[in-house]
Amino acid sequence: MADAGGAVLQVELVAADRLVWSGQATMVIARTTEGDVGILPNHAPLLSSIIEGVVDVQTVEGETWVAAVDAGFLSVADNRVSILSERAEMSHEIDLEKARQDLERARSSGEDDDAAQEAVRRAEARIRAAERAS
Amino acid sequence: MALSVREYRARIKSTESMKKITRAMELIAASRIIKAQQRAQAAAPYARELTRAVSAVATFSNVDHALTLEPENPKKAAILIVTSDRGLAGAYSSSVLKEAERLIEKLKGEGKDVDLYTSGRKAEAYFKFRQRRVVQSWTGFSDQPTYDVAAEIGATLIATFLAEEGDDLADVDEVHVVYTRFRSMLSQEPTAVRLLPLEVVEGTEPPEAGDLLPLYEFEPSPSDVLDSLLPRYVQSRIFFALLQAAASELAARQKAMKSATDNADELIKKYKRIANQARQAGITQEISEIVGGVNALADAQAGSE
Repeated sequence: MADAGGAVLQVELVAADRLVWSGQATMVIARTTEGDVGILPNHAPLLSSIIEGVVDVQTVEGETWVAAVDAGFLSVADNRVSILSERAEMSHEIDLEKARQDLERARSSGEDDDAAQEAVRRAEARIRAAERAS
Repeated sequence: MALSVREYRARIKSTESMKKITRAMELIAASRIIKAQQRAQAAAPYARELTRAVSAVATFSNVDHALTLEPENPKKAAILIVTSDRGLAGAYSSSVLKEAERLIEKLKGEGKDVDLYTSGRKAEAYFKFRQRRVVQSWTGFSDQPTYDVAAEIGATLIATFLAEEGDDLADVDEVHVVYTRFRSMLSQEPTAVRLLPLEVVEGTEPPEAGDLLPLYEFEPSPSDVLDSLLPRYVQSRIFFALLQAAASELAARQKAMKSATDNADELIKKYKRIANQARQAGITQEISEIVGGVNALADAQAGSE
């Protein structure tokens, strides 16, 4: 399936204020509200909401790009994948030390509402992305 | 002509230092405007993809959403007015405010109450001076807005739109935005658009064969996707308005400062002429006094001989 007639995915990872990454890929993995989803070429059209997490992109050159994203959307159609998120960072842009501090702060704030949990999930995702890349 | 040469010199000097300041402001605005345009371009892919997704959902599901529902009997409207934090940008802020006043009049004519929300210190000061109530105002970012600000403004406006009557929040039936659209470096026009309820543009023309929108699967469900999609769409529209306003503000400031510099140039030229005239008049007078004195002496000597 990975080589379905030589089809590749055209991927765009877009944050609200910039285009974070775009290029060709053979596989994209993202975390939706229902669980992780892997997209291969010729995937059926899909529109799904994603939550704070890590997005994996396997490029045609065999490299793996990892990015941390906020809640947003994933849309797949005609081998075009766009991942929309208000904030998105490639793993090499993340400062691991700072991300760890953010997680500490988010955990120790002691609040237990949706916003606090979101902050914790976001911090965890950023750390995971940074660690995977290093 | 009543002033002495020294006083004209002082005026020339102060005009020259003013010119230096306006020239510097012009250059700063010119360099920032490029950055502002780049930011606006960088935000375009997000807006484009979001619009595609919204129209895909709107076309394939007949889900009614609270944000797209037209209230039957709109009684109250909210207006977000986007102005600048600082002045010295020509008529930039005042033309937005004028457009806003026009919209307020129009809505009042339709029998709707108007709640005001402002962005930028100029609008805040304008309404404060006139002692008109502003529900909420945001300041301090007008020349480089971030998405977080837009998200906050969007969340507030959506909350007031969705609020039911009797809630703590003011319940409004429609939301308008007045901002300045950046058409080019030379022309920026104040524009008023209705933000909520959303009008999702569905393709009215029948799509051509092969141009069909893909038949999407929705996860978890069309209505859930729409639920999280629409607020983001609204926020991205507000972000777009803020970015356009920022670029317009800088363009207006550059233009205003350029004409201020030109005016200072003119003024210096004028003062220089008058000062030279005054100097020349002084010299002429001195010469005629000397000549007069010499003549008088000569006459006196001629008389005594």
